[in-house]
Amino acid sequence: MNLSTTYLGLKLKNPFMPGASPMPDSIGAVRRLEDAGASAIVMHSLFEEQFTNEDRVLEDEIATHLESSPEATSFLPIPTEFNLEPDEYLKQISQIKEAVDIPVIASLNGSTVGGWARYAKEIEQAGAHALELNFYHLSTNVEETGSEVEKRACEILKTVKESVKIPVAVKLSPFFSSLPNFSRQLVASGADGIILFNRFYQPDIDTEELDVLPTLQLSNSFELRLRLRWLAIISASVPTSYACSGGAYTGHDAVKAIMTGATVVQFVSSLLKNGPEYLTTILRDFEKWMEEHEYNSVDELRGCMSFKHCPDPLAYERGNYLRMLQGWKV
Amino acid sequence: MSSKTFSTLDANEAVAGVAYRLSETIAIYPITPSSPMAESCDEWSAANKKNLWGTVPRLIQMQSEGGVAGAVHGMTQVGSLTTTFTASQGLLLMIPNMYKIAGELLPFVMHVTARTLAAHALSIFGDHGDVMACRQTGWAMLCSNSTQEAQDMAAIAHAATLESRVPFLHFFDGFRTSHEVDKIKTLPEDTLLKLVNEDCITAFRNLALTPDHPAIRGTAQNPDVYFQAREACNSFYDKTPEIVERTMARFAELTGRQYKLFSYYGHAEADRVIIAMGSGCEVAEETIDYLNARGEKVGLLKVHLFRPFSLRHFAEALPKTVRSIAVLDRTKEPGSVGEPLYQDIVTALSQAKSAGISPLEVDPVVISGRYGLASKEFDPAMVKAVYEELKRERPKLKFTVGINDDVTGLSLPVDAAFDIEPDSVVRSVFFGLGSDGTVGANKNSIKIIGEETDNQAQGYFVYDSKKSGAVTISHLRFGPNKIKSHYLIKRANFVACHHFPFVEQYDILSYAVPGAVFLLNTPLPADKAFEWLPREMQEQIVGKKLKFFVIDAIKVAHETGMGGRINTIMQTCFFAISGVLPREEAIARIKKAIEKTYGRKGEAVVQKNFAAVDATLAALHEVPYGAATASRTRRAPVADEAPDFVRRVTGLMLAGRGDELPVSAFPVDGTWPTGTAKWEKRNIAQEVPIWESDLCIQCNKCSLVCPHAAIRSKFYPADSLANAPASFRSVNFRSNENPGCKFTIQVAPEDCTGCTLCVQVCPAKDKTNPRRKAINMQAQAPLLDAERENFNFFLSIPNPDRSKLKLDVKSSQFMEPLFEYSGACAGCGETPYVKLLTQLFGDRAIIANATGCSSIYGGNLPTTPYTVDANGRGPAWSNSLFEDNAEYGLGMRCGIDKLTEIARELAAKLAPQLGDSFVQELLHAKVQTETEIAEQRKRVSELRDRLATVQLPEAKRLDQLAQYLVPKSVWIMGGDGWAYDIGYGGLDHVLSLGKKVNILVLDTECYSNTGGQMSKSTPMGAVAKFAVGGKETAKKDLGLIAMSYGNVYVARVALGAKDAQTLKAFAEAEAFPGTSIIIAYSHCIAHGYALHLGLEQQKLAVESGSWPLYRFDPRREEAGQAALQIDSAAPKGQLSNYQSNELRFRLLEKTAPDRAKELLGESQSNLTRRYDLYSQMATFGNKDDKGTENGAATPVNGGNK
Repeated sequence: MNLSTTYLGLKLKNPFMPGASPMPDSIGAVRRLEDAGASAIVMHSLFEEQFTNEDRVLEDEIATHLESSPEATSFLPIPTEFNLEPDEYLKQISQIKEAVDIPVIASLNGSTVGGWARYAKEIEQAGAHALELNFYHLSTNVEETGSEVEKRACEILKTVKESVKIPVAVKLSPFFSSLPNFSRQLVASGADGIILFNRFYQPDIDTEELDVLPTLQLSNSFELRLRLRWLAIISASVPTSYACSGGAYTGHDAVKAIMTGATVVQFVSSLLKNGPEYLTTILRDFEKWMEEHEYNSVDELRGCMSFKHCPDPLAYERGNYLRMLQGWKV
Repeated sequence: MSSKTFSTLDANEAVAGVAYRLSETIAIYPITPSSPMAESCDEWSAANKKNLWGTVPRLIQMQSEGGVAGAVHGMTQVGSLTTTFTASQGLLLMIPNMYKIAGELLPFVMHVTARTLAAHALSIFGDHGDVMACRQTGWAMLCSNSTQEAQDMAAIAHAATLESRVPFLHFFDGFRTSHEVDKIKTLPEDTLLKLVNEDCITAFRNLALTPDHPAIRGTAQNPDVYFQAREACNSFYDKTPEIVERTMARFAELTGRQYKLFSYYGHAEADRVIIAMGSGCEVAEETIDYLNARGEKVGLLKVHLFRPFSLRHFAEALPKTVRSIAVLDRTKEPGSVGEPLYQDIVTALSQAKSAGISPLEVDPVVISGRYGLASKEFDPAMVKAVYEELKRERPKLKFTVGINDDVTGLSLPVDAAFDIEPDSVVRSVFFGLGSDGTVGANKNSIKIIGEETDNQAQGYFVYDSKKSGAVTISHLRFGPNKIKSHYLIKRANFVACHHFPFVEQYDILSYAVPGAVFLLNTPLPADKAFEWLPREMQEQIVGKKLKFFVIDAIKVAHETGMGGRINTIMQTCFFAISGVLPREEAIARIKKAIEKTYGRKGEAVVQKNFAAVDATLAALHEVPYGAATASRTRRAPVADEAPDFVRRVTGLMLAGRGDELPVSAFPVDGTWPTGTAKWEKRNIAQEVPIWESDLCIQCNKCSLVCPHAAIRSKFYPADSLANAPASFRSVNFRSNENPGCKFTIQVAPEDCTGCTLCVQVCPAKDKTNPRRKAINMQAQAPLLDAERENFNFFLSIPNPDRSKLKLDVKSSQFMEPLFEYSGACAGCGETPYVKLLTQLFGDRAIIANATGCSSIYGGNLPTTPYTVDANGRGPAWSNSLFEDNAEYGLGMRCGIDKLTEIARELAAKLAPQLGDSFVQELLHAKVQTETEIAEQRKRVSELRDRLATVQLPEAKRLDQLAQYLVPKSVWIMGGDGWAYDIGYGGLDHVLSLGKKVNILVLDTECYSNTGGQMSKSTPMGAVAKFAVGGKETAKKDLGLIAMSYGNVYVARVALGAKDAQTLKAFAEAEAFPGTSIIIAYSHCIAHGYALHLGLEQQKLAVESGSWPLYRFDPRREEAGQAALQIDSAAPKGQLSNYQSNELRFRLLEKTAPDRAKELLGESQSNLTRRYDLYSQMATFGNKDDKGTENGAATPVNGGNK
């Protein structure tokens, strides 16, 4: 059976990889992921704030109480050399590259036009095979229009693309007015692939203390549905590489994702819960399903349930909504 | 002339650079002003910087300077090249070992920043009191007078000790030299290599104590031989002066800089000569040049090698024409015939004459002068005064110079107008707000000018004693010739005020010469700036025809993304308008410096700074002005209604004019009135908390956590509001016990530091707008007048009767704080505990306070924060030393106990006269609660009345001691540097004795006062000074050690995590009949985060298990319960959740991530293990087998929300 897949122009042995998470921060975990069958390593995101602010924040924190007392010119030793998060990140790329033979995909996360290009370049120089650009934007400004947001994302992408030769995938949230159109704009701006979707931190409310509680919960299989629908719709009209990210837990989930058009499937929550070795189970279940259903290659499977090929495209559309509601009778 | 051989640095850095390169082992302990030398060496060692012979010197931090002395003794004993750095009390602690090291002729160099010794008061500043206390130890003593000399003499000392085998104490003036930044010629490695005789190192190694060719040192000798054996070393001392002379000659060959044991400077035929040591010498040289150029014949003999004192070299150095000599000592030896150097000189002159080697034509008059104690200024006018005195037919045999001694009349008159600074020197004075970057920017300017132009450069920085909102005054000189003016600038060509409110507080323009440039950072536009200045300032600007410039640096910083840092902006202004360099060249150099500093951090940071520079030039405006128009004058430093002493003495000190106070202004023994901080009114908060009475739930937590007692609560009868100001807020007091009362939370608007801890802790939120709390920060200025009036009214309302208050968190805040408005940092984690102590027990407390932050904010003048209640009672407070505090407090207890015993004996004896039943009641009353204490006070008052009628000597004696019949609460207080390290031996002994003392350890987990050096309390993995690579060992468990005695009450508390437990611990500690110790988590700026989050961090520290809360009460065992009660839950979550918020932990992640992870892992398992141990202890002996908070151990209710 041929599981090989080409994602972002990278030849992969199979379509399964860990999604962006802190998992690959440990080289031990990276090795375990490779041993479990991961076809690539996706690193955790380096946030825009880390490379635009961290040096200043550190500088400010160290400088806050400098030269204010006759007894102490400072209150902490001031290191002449320190590793900022981006430095560490670049080091980590090299270390992962040394530790495993599979491609390393780095991830940058941000939402404003800034000094991204420099870091993308450094990430490339550190040896990353590809880059995820996680366009994490939450509009809180009533003056900002949707098209402005989309335009800015394309600008950021172009800046990054101009500075690197490695492929760049854009990771999106589901909250855009027209995802197919926006995806097409991104591909036209140079995106080598689209990743659906990133997950916003969803804060909770503490009703007793009248406070907002930032929380991060692992995804569940139900969240896969949203990805399946949009993979099916967009992959049918915008040809590029697609990664399904969020909600895939099992080999069977992976089958569905690829059927709707995903080139690769990324797993985070299931691996965080069950350990890197769980990828072997996913892979085995996936292969078993393929065998049982007599698919010889991933390419055969890919897109068979996309908007273009599925027997009932309406099921992905608004009509399906009506049908579902009418069927929901007490 | 930008040569690498020049560098701008202070003497500490210059000396450390030499000592490090010439050493293999270094033992250290922090003490001002020498700490930076140890810190530099620690940083270099951590960075694997090698010494002269290619190996990295290893450092070890000891528990005290006494420990350092022992360690360096051992290091040298086994043949390793060793050094250390110290000052003042630290040096005194080394004296016993100094005798040993000298007695064993072990080559060794110690570098000392000469500092004042604590006598009537502590002083961190410079004089020779400490080094002079070592002159009898057998060490060679080499003195340096400037930064250049300090570096050079350091090298000479290291070379000479190896050759002579006599240990060397190399010293230079604390602060004036140790902290003065100068342009000096540095010493390259090959010079040092050539200076040090390798054969001597070999000889030193051969003498090392080793089992491979064993010897024994440190024998005990009997009367038959000790004397002779002690004399056996004489020849080494005889040879040392020649060895030093030879080393100096070799040094001169290598560098061109010639030093002598005694250097003469001045007229070849001088009739009057000053003999001195230290930074004052260069000031004298500058004055000599001026006076001799005007026809005088004066000179100076500089003593470099004070010990061994070489008679021959001394005699050879003096001109034969000398007729009178003034020996200047920077120390005081009360009761002596003269100060040490004076005595030596008189003896030397006599001996030289007897030996026939005196060059003098006549027997000179030799007079003895004291100057410069505790860094008192010593300037050319004072030098001139000394020469004037020498001119007199009968000069004063003993005199002082630099002060006005109107009591014993010893001081010389000084012509304050005498100014000899040449016009070629550009003099600039900058007023900055502590930590606003002014000092750093000025150091940077010195570097730019000193290292990149032909100019000489000098910088000296004056700080006040406050830890928040402090003023810094930078004194910068630039000029074409060597700068010998080691004194503060009095007449500046450029004066800058970087913090606008200072125009109201300081006479800034008194520094400006006519035509000088004045730069003011102000939010006011150029056309409005002049009219807003106080009258005095306007008149100075007009009268001196100043060029007046303004900039809104805060706005520029904000607009260019510089945050709140105005350093680059103000530095740019200085270069743009001071004329010290051509403007374009100066700007180019600033930008070059920015690239050098920030280049590594990326183009964006560089560009941001460049943008700030460019925006500065656009925002800098010259101010047009006409005649002075303002009617408003600068506000008085203290209010008119302040007590006489405060107005006369404190007021002048607050205005920066303490130098003008005469001797008669001061108490003779250092005793100072308490309660003076309230007169200062610092007005440093931009925003102050304002109470929203409708939301308040009256929990009083805001008042509890306030580090400065600047927000207070009170309940009172409703009719107290009769004369309340219109804006005074009050609500009904929610209390069944006090029906009809009103309640108010009130801020002291001029004393608040704006730390916002009160807002952070406030649990009451507006349910429709939770962003609004019951306390919210609002701009101070518009509210000032009203809130000042409100606060004064609040204070005028009588406090509730404390004997009727419950002992809980809320009620504790109705007790008057007797510790207020200290100079502690905004948001300080220590002072809320100190304040609570005074609220609970202040009216009967006597506090022994170890040196450190708490002694500085507690007792560093000008003001004193401990205060009194309406009855005139309040904490009596004293700081003895750093190391002896536990013993000091114990001594107080013993003394009080004895006086109490005598009082009881006398009362018993006088029972027939006083009334038997009255005396029985007096002596046997239970006196523990507030009510009981109030009752006993009434009895003592009655006793005094009755004693007045008894005509017996015992009655008079009892009257003196009657106060001791009311118990005194003795508190021994200090930081972890004291309790865990330097004072631990004494603390341990006190714990073992079971005496009724309470010990409060304000645990910041480092030496906060001296800049955050590691203590044994520092947690594993934290980065601190002396632990640049992260502390490798776990925090010492002081509480567990105290518990091991079994009869000590021990509590570990964190106010921010569980205030009720803290309060309970304080109450139980005081009630416990034996020794108690409370270890209190104190967040600190040295932890590296904004202190308004301090209470949150305390919670996280407790939740993570890093700081478990407990109380260990031996009394519980009598009831069949385990003595230990754990008051916090089992560790929850990851330790990193707590640690990652603090820079002290994060720094290690940034410098050594793998090590950080490793230490974090180890810390995590340590704290789990420790909790398991405590849990077992908490059930040990428990009849019901429960002990944790969730078990049967008395739960502490009312913890923080």
